[in-house]
Amino acid sequence: MSHLKSFFGTRWGIVLVGAFIGVFAALLQKWGNPPNMGVCVACFERDIAGALGLHRVDVVQYIRPEIIGFVFGSLISAYIFREFRPRVGSSPIVRFILGFFAMIGALVFLGCPWRTLLRLSAGDGNAILGLSGLIVGVGVGVVFLKKGYNLGRNQVTYSSVGWLLPLIMASLFAFLVFAPLMGDGGKSGPIFLSAKGPGSMHAPIIVSLIVGLAIGFLAQRTRFCTMGAIRDIILIRDFHLASGFLALLVAAFLTNLILGQFHAGFEGQPIAHTNHIWNFGGMVLAGLAFALAGGCPGRQLFLAGEGDGDAAMFVLGMIIGAGFAHNLSLASSPKGVGLYGPAAVIIGLLICLFIGFTMREKVE
Amino acid sequence: MSEQLDARGLSCPQPVILTEKMIEQLKKGKLEVLVDTDTAKENISRLARRKGWDIEIVPEGKKYRMLLNKE
Repeated sequence: MSHLKSFFGTRWGIVLVGAFIGVFAALLQKWGNPPNMGVCVACFERDIAGALGLHRVDVVQYIRPEIIGFVFGSLISAYIFREFRPRVGSSPIVRFILGFFAMIGALVFLGCPWRTLLRLSAGDGNAILGLSGLIVGVGVGVVFLKKGYNLGRNQVTYSSVGWLLPLIMASLFAFLVFAPLMGDGGKSGPIFLSAKGPGSMHAPIIVSLIVGLAIGFLAQRTRFCTMGAIRDIILIRDFHLASGFLALLVAAFLTNLILGQFHAGFEGQPIAHTNHIWNFGGMVLAGLAFALAGGCPGRQLFLAGEGDGDAAMFVLGMIIGAGFAHNLSLASSPKGVGLYGPAAVIIGLLICLFIGFTMREKVE
Repeated sequence: MSEQLDARGLSCPQPVILTEKMIEQLKKGKLEVLVDTDTAKENISRLARRKGWDIEIVPEGKKYRMLLNKE
């Protein structure tokens, strides 16, 4: 067990896990998930928000088993390796707000950092703008970190607190399996499951769940984090996480080539738009929010799985943010940027700057 | 007498940032860092090794006492 534990901490450990995610994300597309969206934490949480009726865009409503698998995979790993450590109380409301605006930024671009890599690996040139924005956003976050920004200490808490997000995920799984009609006195949804569009495209539930569990398990072991990959290079010249990030990109690229899923270009890319400014701007916001919250959306799910109640707040902020993003015309679509998307990105950036500038109290 | 740093309860990357600041100030000597997650333990170990510090880790219940040393 200790050999296994130490292997996951090595460079090869994280490279193999990055490659695993890249290969299986591309395969999930082959098995039914939307194009260039084998795994996208932001998009999938948005679909969950839609299934619950928190927004009513009928093409993006589905309860994604991958998200549920991520949390439980991490939970299982944390228990096996004695790392389940319930903790909470490090600025939970701030983490909620950061999750909220991270989602808005991601939905202006149309993807989380994972999907940014998947889009790039499939030839979507617009992802170059998204990745550039992500790097700039994380870079700004690093400046705040260097100036003493921090969200304060958490506290050890009851095991039951660490179980709350996993229990929410278990409830979502029940909603997916039984798909009860709970709206309008039981005559209609929610639960909504899209009949057309990206929300209707999905691998079989059991396949999505198993891949999600495996990724959750492996990512908890290796601390895989796309934001951390960029942050650690800028902040401490550490390329450990970055090797996993690159492995994901290369593995997905090769798998896409083999599966015939690689199509280079900017125009006509699946579930993407070509507004360079807001592809970039959306991910600057998302990157900054991830950096201030200490993890990419995937990492927040894995942390929540090992008992981190503050990461769970970030996850809930993202899901609620997705509801707002679609209800208030903030989210982009393949037709272009949402009416109020750019304004929301600017407001989000201002709020992140407010948080970054003001939360610099010295850690006692 | 070694310098001490209590990084318990801090989420990443704070434990690493604080440790790096301390070892930049100290240049050499002994530093004792308290952490309470495996992630912080691994990240600080990697940092310390890269900066040429020897490291010894003593598990104490649910926390780790990390003893950093550079002659």
